[in-house]
Amino acid sequence: MRDFGYARAGTAASAVEALADPGTSAIAGGTELLNWFRLGIAAADRVIDIGDLDELHGITVDGGELRIGALATLNEVGEHPLVTRLAGALASACLQAASAQVRNRATIGGNVLQRTRCPYFRAEEPVPWPCNKREEGSGCAALAGRHERQAVFGWTGDCVAVQPSDPAVALAALDAQAEVLGPAGPRTIPMREFHLAQQEAAHMGEPMRETRLGPGELITGYRLPASTDGQAYIKVRERASYEYAIVSAAATVRTAEGPGGPRIAAARVALGSVAQRPWRLPGAEAELPGTPLTREALAPVIERAMADAAPLPQNGFKVTMARNAAVRALLTAGLTAAGLTAGGQP
Amino acid sequence: MTLDFARRVAVTLRLNGRDVTTVVSPRSTLLDWLREEAGLTGAKKGCNEGACGTCTVLVDGHRMNGCLTLVVQCANREITTVEGLAGPGGEPHPVQRAFAEHDAFQCGYCTPGQLMSAVACIAEGHATDDGIVREWMSGNICRCSAYPQITAAVLAAAQETQAAVRAQRARR
Repeated sequence: MRDFGYARAGTAASAVEALADPGTSAIAGGTELLNWFRLGIAAADRVIDIGDLDELHGITVDGGELRIGALATLNEVGEHPLVTRLAGALASACLQAASAQVRNRATIGGNVLQRTRCPYFRAEEPVPWPCNKREEGSGCAALAGRHERQAVFGWTGDCVAVQPSDPAVALAALDAQAEVLGPAGPRTIPMREFHLAQQEAAHMGEPMRETRLGPGELITGYRLPASTDGQAYIKVRERASYEYAIVSAAATVRTAEGPGGPRIAAARVALGSVAQRPWRLPGAEAELPGTPLTREALAPVIERAMADAAPLPQNGFKVTMARNAAVRALLTAGLTAAGLTAGGQP
Repeated sequence: MTLDFARRVAVTLRLNGRDVTTVVSPRSTLLDWLREEAGLTGAKKGCNEGACGTCTVLVDGHRMNGCLTLVVQCANREITTVEGLAGPGGEPHPVQRAFAEHDAFQCGYCTPGQLMSAVACIAEGHATDDGIVREWMSGNICRCSAYPQITAAVLAAAQETQAAVRAQRARR
């Protein structure tokens, strides 16, 4: 790791002022930044520590909205009673991310800015193979090589990587807004649009861009509608704990009694690790109201909403797994909403 | 106000109950500093990327990976390493005793991190049953795969800790 100059910010405004210099990185938990420095994914002449900023701490409810400061750690978010009650999918996603000790450092602000786990991207410099994220124009080794963990939606020939954040999937499903402070002042970015699939980035004329966060902008927190709908985050992985998702799904469901049992009244669902952004399924969300809470009824709705999936030669299995994760997330959230599982009120 | 970006930073922290002031390069990780400057080699450098957990130490009582923490981020914080676990007379911590009694290691390389993580896991209230211990201890990899023994040791130490708390309350 190359050395850098270090200062602690006293205010968010002073941090943003420092970040106007493109050689400056912000550090909060540091669990991702330090590994970028080690691998040569990023280098900074100056690091501004934002860990002291009280204005970026705190988890509160205000007028039907849950507000989570960017510096809340994943364990703080995951175990906070307001989050478990009003944003259960987010709490679950936080606690299924990383390990207990990483979650004590990693912050909810930094987490969504983590970058892909594609092994070709995560190589130590000098990178021995093509990777457009590491050297634009060099190519994509994953496309011709191993890509079973990579995208089934939204990829291009330039890059097939997926965004690995668990909390980002829940934030997208819950219609969270990121609060951002930048050189032009504060603004908000809807979390379902925060990350960019490669096709969207290409359309914007910046094929390697990964988020809508602008240069020098800092995430200061999130606002989410406080919701008592049933919620779930289902993570499918190769180990039971401490592993990135192969696929995941976040869902929020309101139910109504129907003939023969509860039916979906309203639902939102997002898939994770299938694209470079959380992948909401608006087609399914439009079709789900009135659908009974059974696997048989839900699976075809999800399948139709995923009809535009474009798997790579090695990852067709992810389409099936993502469909099943979405169905499980909807069932779990729906049964909780209807008071039919141990997770909900009996 | 223009911030001063320092290339050498004086940091005061509390290390295993002693106040320490040190001058470091900003890039110094807590793990490297503990091992190379403070002379405490209990915390090990396994993966140096947050994947293995053998560098786990407590920062203000919370378990963290020493390799993912900069010394400059520890100003005015209290650091506890495995060397700080034993009692004043050198008697082993209840978690250390439980690991010995349950054969909760083979080669021992992961053990300092397992011990620190176990102490925190118990204090957090996450040592209630086998499955919960396995989930909340998953950040500590054991290449020898002593997981059943580690899980048993954590649960036994948790029970002992709770019994001691109950006994103390009863005496009051």
